[in-house]
Amino acid sequence: MIFSGRVHKFGADIDTDAIIPARYLNTFDPQELAKHCMEDADPQFPDKVQTGDIIAADKNFGCGSSREHAPIAIKGAGVSCVIAKSFARIFYRNCINIGLPILECSQAVDALKDGDQVEVDLETGKITNLRTSEEYQAMPFPEFMQQIIDKGGLINYVKDK
Amino acid sequence: MGMTISQKILAAHAGRDYVEPGELLNCKLDVVLGNDVTAPVAISEFKRLDLDKVFDQEKIVLVPDHFAPNKDIKSAEQCKIMRDFAGQYGIKNYFEVGQMGIEHCLLPEQGLVLPGDLIIGADSHTCTYGALGAFATGVGSTDMAAGMATGEAWFKVPESIKFVYYGKLPEWVGGKDLILNTIGDIGVEGARYMSMEFTGEVIKSLSMDNRFTMANMAIEAGGKNGIIEPDNITLEYIKTRAKRPFTLFKSDEDALYFEVREYDVSALEPIIAFPHLPENTRSVSEASGINLDQVVIGSCTNGRIEDLEIAARILKGKKIHPEIRTIIFPGTQQIFLEAMRRGYIEIFIEAGAAVSTPTCGPCLGGHMGILAKGEKALATTNRNFVGRMGHPESEVYLASPAVAAASAIKGKITAPWEV
Ligand code: SF4
Repeated sequence: MIFSGRVHKFGADIDTDAIIPARYLNTFDPQELAKHCMEDADPQFPDKVQTGDIIAADKNFGCGSSREHAPIAIKGAGVSCVIAKSFARIFYRNCINIGLPILECSQAVDALKDGDQVEVDLETGKITNLRTSEEYQAMPFPEFMQQIIDKGGLINYVKDK
Repeated sequence: MGMTISQKILAAHAGRDYVEPGELLNCKLDVVLGNDVTAPVAISEFKRLDLDKVFDQEKIVLVPDHFAPNKDIKSAEQCKIMRDFAGQYGIKNYFEVGQMGIEHCLLPEQGLVLPGDLIIGADSHTCTYGALGAFATGVGSTDMAAGMATGEAWFKVPESIKFVYYGKLPEWVGGKDLILNTIGDIGVEGARYMSMEFTGEVIKSLSMDNRFTMANMAIEAGGKNGIIEPDNITLEYIKTRAKRPFTLFKSDEDALYFEVREYDVSALEPIIAFPHLPENTRSVSEASGINLDQVVIGSCTNGRIEDLEIAARILKGKKIHPEIRTIIFPGTQQIFLEAMRRGYIEIFIEAGAAVSTPTCGPCLGGHMGILAKGEKALATTNRNFVGRMGHPESEVYLASPAVAAASAIKGKITAPWEV
């Protein structure tokens, strides 16, 4: 799968309260959650974000609570993929389980600038900055996780077993 | 090569004699937990599987605690989804308002989590139960859904960091200060994906309530779980609670650790985590004098009877500063009742604090004590992220119940020995 989109850059330790504040957790409708996606980190984000856009963040993205509402909000906002230097554990797991593409790549995060156009090849882990034509290589997923991703998430994976 | 307690519990639940860090395993679960925020999402995923039963009606625990008693119509709908599901699928451990408490205080108290268990909970502070010598970790709603269906979950065997605490714990210093100090040392991702094993002479004589506080905040250092080897203190705690068999695991002498870190606690002061990360720690002397608007004592970190005992000791016969709103929320109905019997509730109310029915309430900025723009709170909770307790421009300082009670009296961050 290949995505192409505009980069929104974020710093380190973006927690799930910043991704979707608890005050909106009394619903899990993706469209409702998307209206407040990232609002405590960047209040303009819900207005700026367009379908296909890419989040590039520093280390420990998604730390804090286990709320699946966080990746659901990001997916609901139309974000195609999150690239970070590293992800917090539960967030990482949730993304695999609900089928939100994520990649770990420090090089890309350091090089990418807000507004850059980027192409991501999920199979190979290749990230291309269309502004500079630079390429970066992300870590591939372990096979077991790739199987869950290929099935479109954990529930489909369990269903087929 | 020996194994750590975490490796052993995972191995036992995967039907294996030996597992190595990094291995991916499918494991059998003893408990699957959800709350009113995460369970409705899990239930909607579970329904996609078209199953007419859950894997085990006794092993699923559902607790409406985050926005319960229902704070608004949407929350009421969420809680109703959970209640209806519990009824329809015959879930034995559904706790209605009136019986419920904050999940991570409630499950150990009710004997639902025991040493040697493998537990997943759709709540990040599920790691609390590691204090009993269980492997307990937070997951998302989809994992919970799959767990309710199959009784299994996938795990990557974590590497472990061993934290050794020695020396003599000074007065007014407890589990909260030990764990905040540790997070301050290693940072919010210092134990990312790893198991945090708390050991040493200080831990061996630490009460269960203090152990729960420590294991509770493993996630704040990015840990997959926090764990303490079960001993006589553990057995004493579960003696009257356990209603099923359990297993005591211990780390092998020759177990391999990613790292061993040692702390001499003899000169440790109460620790405060400054906004907006739990790793921004300073000692109380470096923090004193910061003005506050609100003090919160409670949560799954510090809402147990010993926490209330310390607060009562300090607040007895004193008055809370007139400009401070102090909210105390006991973790469970039993804790509430015990606090009442011991006279703590009277002390709190006479001092001028609001005492609430058990709920997560202000801890996650849910209800019952939200902060306005620019306000500052000191809380015994576990997170001080931007907007955690209300307005994005409000601030939360994390500390122990002793510091919280002292600060409530003075209206500013205060060491317990100053009141
Ligand atoms: S008290 Fe706070 S941290 Fe604990 S479960 Fe409730 S919201 Fe989460």
